[in-house]
Amino acid sequence: MTPSLPFPRETRPRALAAVLASALALSACGAADVASRDAGFNDPYEARNRAVHSFNKGVDRVVLRPASQVYGRAVPGPVRGGIGNFAGNLGLPAAVLNNLLQGRIEPAGQNGFRFLVNSTFGLGGFLDPATDMGLTERSTDFGETLHVWGVGEGVYLESPLRGPSTLRDSVGAVVDIFIDPVGAALDSPETEYVLGARALSLVGDRYRYSDTVDSILYESADSYAQARLMYLQNRRFELGTAAESDSYDPYEDPYGQ
Amino acid sequence: MTPMKIPMASNSGLTRRRMLAVLAGGMGFAALAPRGALALNTAEARALIDRAVGEINSVINSGMSETRMYAEFEKIFARYADVAIIARSALGPAARQASPAQMAAFTASFQTYISRKYGRRFREFIGGRIEVTGARQVKTFYEVTSIAYLRGEAPFEVRFHVSDRSGRDLFFNIIIEGVNMLATERTEIGALLDARRGNLDRLTADLRSMG
Repeated sequence: MTPSLPFPRETRPRALAAVLASALALSACGAADVASRDAGFNDPYEARNRAVHSFNKGVDRVVLRPASQVYGRAVPGPVRGGIGNFAGNLGLPAAVLNNLLQGRIEPAGQNGFRFLVNSTFGLGGFLDPATDMGLTERSTDFGETLHVWGVGEGVYLESPLRGPSTLRDSVGAVVDIFIDPVGAALDSPETEYVLGARALSLVGDRYRYSDTVDSILYESADSYAQARLMYLQNRRFELGTAAESDSYDPYEDPYGQ
Repeated sequence: MTPMKIPMASNSGLTRRRMLAVLAGGMGFAALAPRGALALNTAEARALIDRAVGEINSVINSGMSETRMYAEFEKIFARYADVAIIARSALGPAARQASPAQMAAFTASFQTYISRKYGRRFREFIGGRIEVTGARQVKTFYEVTSIAYLRGEAPFEVRFHVSDRSGRDLFFNIIIEGVNMLATERTEIGALLDARRGNLDRLTADLRSMG
């Protein structure tokens, strides 16, 4: 049981993912696009996905996990929190854009106000006074926009460095890079600072959710299957498409699901 | 983010726990009595989870050692969850071939495993709280919704599925932001069983030290 995902949404190293995910999306386009909305999953590329999963685990073991331990111990909590806030704040314009593309005005307003409050009173986003005002983040992405537009989730894909995803959400992640208003508004060297803050935020999240991530990656009997299940269930919950698996009654059929 | 305050004073929590410990002794007998026409309803399902959550809240804020917390979580789990049906569902089709003795042994090991595993997750709740917000009927059972407030985290949703089909009011599933315990454990136990070439007795023996 995990309060967070093995690879939380905020922890995507976006720039690298862009290149890799676009290649993946192309290779996966030939596959049947079947949205499975129950506890099931559509994973025709399981062998390839498992190879990517091993690679991702290797990267975690050798790079991300040790880096997060150093970062977590060397940098005081409030500083790590501030960098996380700063990176999160810069994700808000893209969220507002996606809210609008989805025709969802109220979350767009909330994310927009949150951005204004934290960028000004929150000293450029390092502090988070908006949360105390009830303006919590309403996270979204272009994958959700595609869902709202009627695109099914497609095949399951584990992406190198990005982790669990689906075809739709991988395409969404690529589009998010290009439509990000922050990326469009900034030039070098600011772009590099933002990228750096996002990378540090990712490392900080790996430290913060260390117990949970470790338990899934290194303590479960089949970390690939566990990560796939958790990602799909949580993603369908976020999008409001979790239907059948949530009304499963083992007293009716303890062997089914 | 505002650090969340604990709503329940440790004193009242302790009293409550002691009370419940006394009552729990009687609950075994209550389970043997026929339930008659008294079917579970929304209010009762909610009350059950209110009690369970109250106990969880008092343990996560008690300041006791982790080892003692695990023991407390195991007790809460055993008292409020239908461990037998969770174990059977986690084992899946393999449960059909198991003898009653094998199932009993597996269920006992599974109880230790799952309460330790989930007890450890609850450690992340230390200093936080869970608040029951509502209940509704879903097909044949009841769903109780709650919100978990953790320090420095956005609040998130935890759902409990409650049924009286075992003869007692017990929860049989926990769903955290869509992530479903029965499905997670079906995957995990299935993989563990595969790794032992389907040998249930070996799994039962190994499970006791896992989680």
